[in-house]
Amino acid sequence: MINNDTYNLDHLAELEAESIYVIREVAAQFDRPVILFSGGKDSIVVTHIAAKAFAPAKIPMPLVHIDTGHNFPETLEFRDGLVNRLGANLIVGSVQKTIDDGKVREETGHNASRNKLQTTTLIDTIDENKFDACIGGARRDEEKARAKERFFSHRDDFSQWDPKNQRPELWNLFNGMHAPEEHFRVFPLNNWTELDVWNYILRENIQLPSLYYAHKRECVRRDGQILANSTYLNLREEETPEMMKVRFRTLGDLTITGAFESDADTIESIIDEVATTRITERGGRMDDKRGYSAMEDRKKEGYF
Amino acid sequence: MGTSSTHHNGLLRFTTAGSVDDGKSTLIGRLLYDSKSIFEDQLEAVEEASKHKGLEVADLSLLTDGLRAEREQGITIDVAYRYFATPKRKFIIADTPGHIQYTRNMVTGASTADLAIILIDARNGLVEQTHRHSFIASLLGLNHLVVCVNKMDLVDYNEATFHEIVSQFKSFSSRLDIKDITFIPISALKGDNVVESSKNLPWFGGSSLLHHLENVHVGADRNMQDCRFPVQYVIRPQTNENRDFRGYAGRIASGVFKKGDAVVALPSGRETVIESILLGEEEMEIAFPPLSVVMTLQDDIDLSRGEMLVRKNNQPKMTTELDAKICWLDSRSLNPSSRLIVRHLSQEVQAKISEVLYRININTLHRDEECREIGMNDIARVKIKTASPILADPYRTNRTTGAFILVDPSTHATVAAGVIG
Repeated sequence: MINNDTYNLDHLAELEAESIYVIREVAAQFDRPVILFSGGKDSIVVTHIAAKAFAPAKIPMPLVHIDTGHNFPETLEFRDGLVNRLGANLIVGSVQKTIDDGKVREETGHNASRNKLQTTTLIDTIDENKFDACIGGARRDEEKARAKERFFSHRDDFSQWDPKNQRPELWNLFNGMHAPEEHFRVFPLNNWTELDVWNYILRENIQLPSLYYAHKRECVRRDGQILANSTYLNLREEETPEMMKVRFRTLGDLTITGAFESDADTIESIIDEVATTRITERGGRMDDKRGYSAMEDRKKEGYF
Repeated sequence: MGTSSTHHNGLLRFTTAGSVDDGKSTLIGRLLYDSKSIFEDQLEAVEEASKHKGLEVADLSLLTDGLRAEREQGITIDVAYRYFATPKRKFIIADTPGHIQYTRNMVTGASTADLAIILIDARNGLVEQTHRHSFIASLLGLNHLVVCVNKMDLVDYNEATFHEIVSQFKSFSSRLDIKDITFIPISALKGDNVVESSKNLPWFGGSSLLHHLENVHVGADRNMQDCRFPVQYVIRPQTNENRDFRGYAGRIASGVFKKGDAVVALPSGRETVIESILLGEEEMEIAFPPLSVVMTLQDDIDLSRGEMLVRKNNQPKMTTELDAKICWLDSRSLNPSSRLIVRHLSQEVQAKISEVLYRININTLHRDEECREIGMNDIARVKIKTASPILADPYRTNRTTGAFILVDPSTHATVAAGVIG
């Protein structure tokens, strides 16, 4: 909310102003910037803010989706609809192609996922297209390794993140200078929390994939988590799928994204649930449970 | 956490600085914990990691020391950002380490903050770091300081001890330029005066730290007088329905702009009138900092990135000579002959440091005019010459148009932070 009498902004208006500024700075400082679009709510919010930042012009950069081949069909359908509405250019990097090209090998076993493999596809897509800035929807509050992330995060020519050698970032002066093979990851939502994102979605009436709302679905319980049953999930002998009313708090691959039993089927009821929940958003992500520094290690390699 | 989307006092950005053992992690842990911003799975992960290290109680600093190198060394080596909210306000903490070699992190954390919390160990009183932190807060133009005298439980909640530290601090801070200094006796470990007022400190008439943070008024810190709109990006849709649209996108640095206002474009000096102000598709009558908007103008005057809209009777200085204080951030010392780039607002210009006037001893605030060598974490007064003019105000009156960074064009590193004036 913007109060013209007291010259006050509420915190969502202030966060939006900051994010718009960051996205415009990318368009101004880089030659080949893109928005990394996962189909999750954070990248949808980034895309919404980008549309606002450049209106009435179109977003002056393509959306890039790294397709693991294990996506929820709802995510892909939503992606195509949004790209259509915005008149945006979509570039898809395919993990399946990376596997077919022999660059990576598919994981095996019951917890096999393509989450780690997509880093290779992402880096290849960046290299092949010579992207120099990739805007992502990550937030500092998501995970401990992200609390020190910059708005403009420098990556070397191997796409690596060096957390001990980050450029200091002062005021709103973002230094995007880089050598030809290097690039930046940029995080306009750094200062948002999960609750801010939801409240903003409500305020701006932003459309989301149906997966975020409570729905009936065939699921499997595994290691204290609920996973959606699909052809990509390798079922263990003792596991039998059952119908449950669930929703998702984050959207990753079918194989790793944990569902929550929930009746929240409106944004308002989701906000109530998020505000009172005692488990972090990524608490449902199998990929973060691979060790205390799992996220930091993947980020160093060039993960999102 | 509260479900309301509107924390009615808006957003407060503050920085915390402290020495290794003065309880900063404990204080932040308590603010996060008591505002229910720590989740069960985070606590469980910390408890498990603590157990693994052979500790009997959960080490809450593991929550805030995020990177592996820090956990291994047991120190915080970079600025980390933390978030919490109460029904009244949303908070962003820039959590900075206190070692002498990390002055640059303190400067970084303070650059975006409205307020700084300075922690003093009640047993030790003022130490070097207290001076350093307070000076940096003052240098970076923070108007609000909260001095928390911590570990009051270890001095039996003694009133005289607190007042002695307050008077020591006041005699020191009279040399600083900070308007609002508040003193609060606390025990972060026991929770005294952090969230709730403490029964152990009945002689203290002030409010708890959180109550103060929720209510401190920072809106007046924003400069609403001097209209400055730096053009960040030019929007030209070139579609059929918007064939002739030309909009200037940017974030209002200071001042209040209204539709219909007469403005001057700098550096050209051309005069025009604001035709419309847009946020997305929405037209606005008025815009003020820190909003990011698009302006269209009545005349086609062809502005570009780096230029600025201002009022005719209130203009920034157009200059190629900057008097500034800089904090050197890079591990390689300043080489006076090397070319640098000044990044100021949306402008990048070639520059060089023409003179180092003196270095500031940030513990004593004395000027060291003998030593002209500037290395990492040093703060110095310098003269800078730029290849083309920049549109600048003194940092004291404008924290946006008065700030800049220096970039080394050979390494692309951000080597210094500077404040003008």
